[in-house]
Amino acid sequence: MIRSEILYEIAPILSDHLVISNIGLPSQELHLIDDQPTNFYMLGTMGLASSIGLGLSLVQEKKVIAIDGDGAVLSNLGTLPTIANNVANNFILIIIDNGSYGSTGDQPTYAGKKTSLAAIAKACGCENVIECSAEQTSETLKGALASNRMTIIVAKCESGNVKVPVITMDTVAIRDRFMNAVKT
Amino acid sequence: MSVNTRFLDDFIANDVSFITSVPCKQLAGVIEEIETREEIYHIPCNKEDEGIGLCAGAFLGGKRSAIIMQNTAIGVSINALVTLTQFYRMPLPMLISYRGELGEPVACQVEMAIHTKALLDRLLIPTYHFHKEEDIEEFDAILKHTFMCNKPVAILTDASFWKGN
Ligand SMILES: [Mg+2]
Repeated sequence: MIRSEILYEIAPILSDHLVISNIGLPSQELHLIDDQPTNFYMLGTMGLASSIGLGLSLVQEKKVIAIDGDGAVLSNLGTLPTIANNVANNFILIIIDNGSYGSTGDQPTYAGKKTSLAAIAKACGCENVIECSAEQTSETLKGALASNRMTIIVAKCESGNVKVPVITMDTVAIRDRFMNAVKT
Repeated sequence: MSVNTRFLDDFIANDVSFITSVPCKQLAGVIEEIETREEIYHIPCNKEDEGIGLCAGAFLGGKRSAIIMQNTAIGVSINALVTLTQFYRMPLPMLISYRGELGEPVACQVEMAIHTKALLDRLLIPTYHFHKEEDIEEFDAILKHTFMCNKPVAILTDASFWKGN
């Protein structure tokens, strides 16, 4: 399974919750599969989906799911200690780990080599870290939502992309629509 | 009243309830003061661009946020400021320790100080320079301005301003 297949599978689960999605193909794929006012698409800024998701989770009670990539988390590793030490039980971070920088042409990341993001998250102090296969992602996400505990999911999948259009929606429209969805 | 107390009083009077910080010697007192205020959730971050992400998240959740940082970090923050804070039109007060000005004992700090205002200017970030203690009188108005215009706004606080605090 590749990232877009995981997104297709989890889209029905995501639609009930606030979602922050990582720059590039993850946002574009999610936008194509199931555009929702509850989706915040990052059109810029590598690596900050988990930080935005944590900030959002800490100030309001709705459940927040940040969809990140292995390359993005590697670029903002400082996020994991901050998450570990500021527990928000309405926050779930899914790292779709395809071992590559998918949006830039599938160059390998260290997460596909010796480095384990799940082990890093645990070492940073994150208490509920689950590494699962791509096929298990949907069940794992459901379990994490039901647990009402902050959870980091590392979903291991194959690298590879499908052709998707860029998002042409304006950023202010994305964030205005999202902020209204947070309030209602 | 110390300037540290005043900064926090003004943040709270302007409904700022979420502050992230990376420490600086000059900012030690203000960071200590945050911890005494129940109205504010203080979340130390490991790098300033991460902090800008945290603040963006809090803003999306309907809360006013702010970052406290050193001017040496403007370089690592530029992409986040431009492609997140500015691109999505989000307000962000940045209370910045302006190292490398008169009274600076560390030569290296001057290397970044000479770029600080040029970078902020280039980024079209409204910038206020606190040099004398009474400059803090403008802080409340600066916060109101920031939340009115939905922009990142920089408050540079130099060693002369912090003298005695
Ligand atoms: Mg990847």
